[in-house]
Amino acid sequence: MSTPVRYTLHHPRWYRRPVSVFWWLKKRAYIVFVLRELTSVFVALVSVLTLLQVRAILESPEAHAALMARLASPPVTGLLLVALAALVFHSVSWFNLAPRAMPVRLRGRRVPDVLVSGGNFAAWLFLSAAMAFLFLGTMTTR
Amino acid sequence: MADTIALEVTRYRPEEESEPTFQTYEVPLRQDWVVLDALNHVKDHVDGTLSYRWSCRMGVCGSCGMMVNGEPKLTCAEFLTDHAPGPIRVEPLRFFPVVRDLVVDIGDFMSKLKSVKPWLVRKQERAIADGEFRQTPQQLDTYKQFSMCINCMLCYSACPVFGLEPSFVGPAAIALARRYSQDSRDQGSRERLDVLSEKGGMWECTFVGECSEACPKNVDPAGAIQQYKLEGTVHWFKTLLPLGDR
Amino acid sequence: MTRSPTPPLWLLFSAGGTLAAFLFPIHLLLFGFVFPLGWAEPPSYEQLLALVRHPPIRLYLFGFISLPLFHWAHRFRYTLYDGLKLKHLNMLVAVLCYGTAVVLSVVAARTLLDVG
Repeated sequence: MSTPVRYTLHHPRWYRRPVSVFWWLKKRAYIVFVLRELTSVFVALVSVLTLLQVRAILESPEAHAALMARLASPPVTGLLLVALAALVFHSVSWFNLAPRAMPVRLRGRRVPDVLVSGGNFAAWLFLSAAMAFLFLGTMTTR
Repeated sequence: MADTIALEVTRYRPEEESEPTFQTYEVPLRQDWVVLDALNHVKDHVDGTLSYRWSCRMGVCGSCGMMVNGEPKLTCAEFLTDHAPGPIRVEPLRFFPVVRDLVVDIGDFMSKLKSVKPWLVRKQERAIADGEFRQTPQQLDTYKQFSMCINCMLCYSACPVFGLEPSFVGPAAIALARRYSQDSRDQGSRERLDVLSEKGGMWECTFVGECSEACPKNVDPAGAIQQYKLEGTVHWFKTLLPLGDR
Repeated sequence: MTRSPTPPLWLLFSAGGTLAAFLFPIHLLLFGFVFPLGWAEPPSYEQLLALVRHPPIRLYLFGFISLPLFHWAHRFRYTLYDGLKLKHLNMLVAVLCYGTAVVLSVVAARTLLDVG
């Protein structure tokens, strides 16, 4: 070789396909991913809802009753139904991904992912049952 | 089943055109043929001007990665019959600059890979007299999965973040960084963590997870990246304490 | 090398996401459906008031409200970057997302301290 060839990183003749802003609509897996990420909006919604409930309770019995009544209206119930679906999707996807982010090792061997997820789901069930029992069992005026 | 199947192949001749086009070839639909066999048939008997990369034709070299019907695949592992009756669309690996036809530039990937130092880094070298490094099966187990990477870059074509953020070092590079940092013989995990904590590093990842889905060797780069995020976070908090643990 | 703020933000995202994953569905089921729609007898107002005033519960409620907000902030920020390709508005998006979480957390703190 008489003259060394210079390597050009941004060769003008290479074709670079632009990535559309609608890239996430092109593949089912990407759509599911974006929906998964958007569950965070409903998570924020429930946080705000809880805040409103606490404020209503601290304000007066009437304020709390008014909030409860608002929650019972059909459009709100509809929105909350969507929110519930989103929350469940969040929980399911979160627990399924957990073992890959934090592999559990026992005695030098890796615990199978399905067991780690299963453990998370079991804990979810237990905590949910505990909360339900607390509010439905012990706190009602029976 | 039909005798032939149509292959719609990307053609891009930079001296002649400014955008890629498609050319359709009818190839024999043989039970035992993969897409790579079909491409080789085209090159050998139909159109010798078609350019593409391949080598081992058995899924270990990582050369023949292309988009097959929109999904990143090793063409040596994609059977024609799985896509019958076709047509099968064969395109260059997505998110990489196209040099010609099905050939993409991999220089960017190569330099990103180098930046994570994919080799055993030693601060103190062992003398020959001390003997070889010994490793238990458990120690091997902590990194073995990540060592299966064949640098085929299918994961980069699956990763939307890589498509959107050109500085992202990418799934394979991070998985290989983890392979070495987890290796009991290595002493370079801090250096790699520093590189991956910068812009374009692990924090660009949003755990889409498609990289692991595309990986033909079950490396699970997505898992490697999330493990790195945890390690990076722990390290960040450790450096807040005056323990001299830099 | 400048210290990136991403690790503690990611920690908040993870903590909030985990909390929301375990506790939010049942909470919404109870307080969004079961009690407002009368599927079961709700706790009395006095019981709820006593519960909300209880100091350990107030701490729990602060975490319950605040951490998932930071989960949303971090996740939504990246969704805007990648989903709408808004990365060039980096600072604005970051301020809007984390700012909202901070403001609402402050409101929650003031509410639970019986001030606001």
